[in-house]
Amino acid sequence: MTSPKTPSKLEKILAAGHLAVTSECGPPRGSDIAEVEKKANLIKDHVDAINVTDNQTSVTRLCSLAACIKIKQMGLEPVLQMVTRDRNRIALQSDILGAAAFDICTMLCLSGDHQSFGDCATGQNVYDLDSMQLIQTVRHMRDEGKFLGGADIHRPPQMFVGAAANPFADPYEIRVPRLAKKIAAGAEFIQTQCIYNIDKFEDWIRMARERGLTEKVYILAGVTPLKSAGMAKYMKNRVPGMDVPDEVVQRMADTPKEKQAEEGIKICIETIQRLKEVPGVAGFHIMAIEWEEMVPRIVEESGLYPRPAVD
Amino acid sequence: MRLDYPTNVKIIRVPCTGKVDLLHLLHAFEKGADGVYVVGCMEGECHYNGGNFRAKKRVAQAAAILDAVGVGGERVRMYNLSSSEGPKFAAYAKEMTDHIRELGPNPIKAKIKNQQAA
Amino acid sequence: MIVAKQKPFEEIVDMVKDADKLLIVGCNECVTVCEAGGKKEVGILASALRMYFANQGREVQIDERTLERQCDHEYLEEIRDIADTYDAILSLACGVGVQFMAEKYHSQFVYPGVNTCFLGATEERGVWTERCQACGSCILAVTGGICPVSRCAKRILNGPCGGSTKGKCEINKEVDCAWQLIVDRLKALDRFSDYEKITPLKDWSTDRAGGPRKVVREDVKL
Repeated sequence: MTSPKTPSKLEKILAAGHLAVTSECGPPRGSDIAEVEKKANLIKDHVDAINVTDNQTSVTRLCSLAACIKIKQMGLEPVLQMVTRDRNRIALQSDILGAAAFDICTMLCLSGDHQSFGDCATGQNVYDLDSMQLIQTVRHMRDEGKFLGGADIHRPPQMFVGAAANPFADPYEIRVPRLAKKIAAGAEFIQTQCIYNIDKFEDWIRMARERGLTEKVYILAGVTPLKSAGMAKYMKNRVPGMDVPDEVVQRMADTPKEKQAEEGIKICIETIQRLKEVPGVAGFHIMAIEWEEMVPRIVEESGLYPRPAVD
Repeated sequence: MRLDYPTNVKIIRVPCTGKVDLLHLLHAFEKGADGVYVVGCMEGECHYNGGNFRAKKRVAQAAAILDAVGVGGERVRMYNLSSSEGPKFAAYAKEMTDHIRELGPNPIKAKIKNQQAA
Repeated sequence: MIVAKQKPFEEIVDMVKDADKLLIVGCNECVTVCEAGGKKEVGILASALRMYFANQGREVQIDERTLERQCDHEYLEEIRDIADTYDAILSLACGVGVQFMAEKYHSQFVYPGVNTCFLGATEERGVWTERCQACGSCILAVTGGICPVSRCAKRILNGPCGGSTKGKCEINKEVDCAWQLIVDRLKALDRFSDYEKITPLKDWSTDRAGGPRKVVREDVKL
């Protein structure tokens, strides 16, 4: 595509044409930063960058920015996830500068789950901006070097800007137009929702390719290993916007209980191997929810190890 | 048929139970009635289609309010019968009277009387 | 209209329990249509309170009155002569009416009998749903006549979010996804291409964010 515009390691890897690998780490529900360190150490040699979730599912946790700073100080590459649910445009810009101050230079812009799912269901939400407008805001700060209010930013943030895409959510006909919209807003990389319905994902990325969108954005395919048949069923029936085909649920259910975790890993590796060959897939985002220790194995057995070095 | 039914039942005729307003039910209790029951046509046989269903809802609303104010929602009831069922009418009148006798008088009746006397 | 819902009976009792003479005032406008605070509801609540206090052995005079509107001086003036003779006034109007009454009868206790819920429409008898949040800067022209500010749980202006499933919102399967409705309507209007236009950052200063709002029309002032 083009030469990197930011110091982001993720951008450099993608720009060099490598299949990138990212994973994620959910901050603890407490102030022990050692937990972040521990999770990051489990995966550090097998991924290019580590997403840090921002109060995911609206459950209050240690803040994404602090955890990102810790990861940065470990010499690793954090991806700051930022949701627009909890901050207005003042706080969003301020946190972006805070991240930039520690040379955190990769961000994922999200709207965030509704607060009713979390531990503060009676709280307010903010949504001063939506995810699309957050992308615009970061790009504005970086490219124009200005605040939304128009003033110059001294040392503007050098952010490589990402967004999420869910190829499976409804209405389906807007899935590709919505991707186009996020790219138009300024998204440079995309991390997708977990993929279990590979046919549907391939259909989506084919349509994106036909519109030339895969030339404009790096798409990292999201995968999550299933731990059990119960988890497969839960994801299928309870998680909004998730598409787990019956065959996958059946395959997990047909596996003896003690071997289900192993089967889940196998499915995950098969998915990555198949998607590696799909044009337009620029890498993988492995979301091993509270199962970070499995990431190295998934990366190795998918043929994505060792990770390339970039300067 | 010359059927007997309790003499303490005061009948108020309405063209359809759909005419019975929630306020009519409440005012009866406010003025000291011990119980009120609405006798409508069989469900599905209302000449005005849904009058008895409306009455049924209002009886339920009245019961909820009577519970909230401490008079007791069990003092209001709805019965359904056909116009030809005289014996049933008498039986329901007796059943309701027995039911209310068991509950005793409307608790606010005595208190209103005391207030009026004072 | 403004949609309201009567407060729980116990909460109302708790507010007015010290009054020996109470005036319940209804409003003939929105709260009548949404069956929360019109003449009928005033009558029912008055009857219930009379029974409640009688049962407590209390003699409380409870009078009923319903005004054409409680958000206009002229109608509120109708109770000028009697307002001071009560220990408290319980208004079944929306929050606007309660406040306007309180401003007008400065030394009188004015209590709210309803919770003011939202600006909405009667979907069917007994069902009211939200349609507007009075953000002060209407965008319905670009969203196919469906408002994401009031009808999307995240008031997302470039939706839908990833939680939209089978046309329903992630917060509740009973709630329509506003963005599904918008997309459907843009298609029906043959304006689907408009979907890709990015709605820019909204100026929320006309919303509650800008502080208490005011509309002044010099041309119609007397």
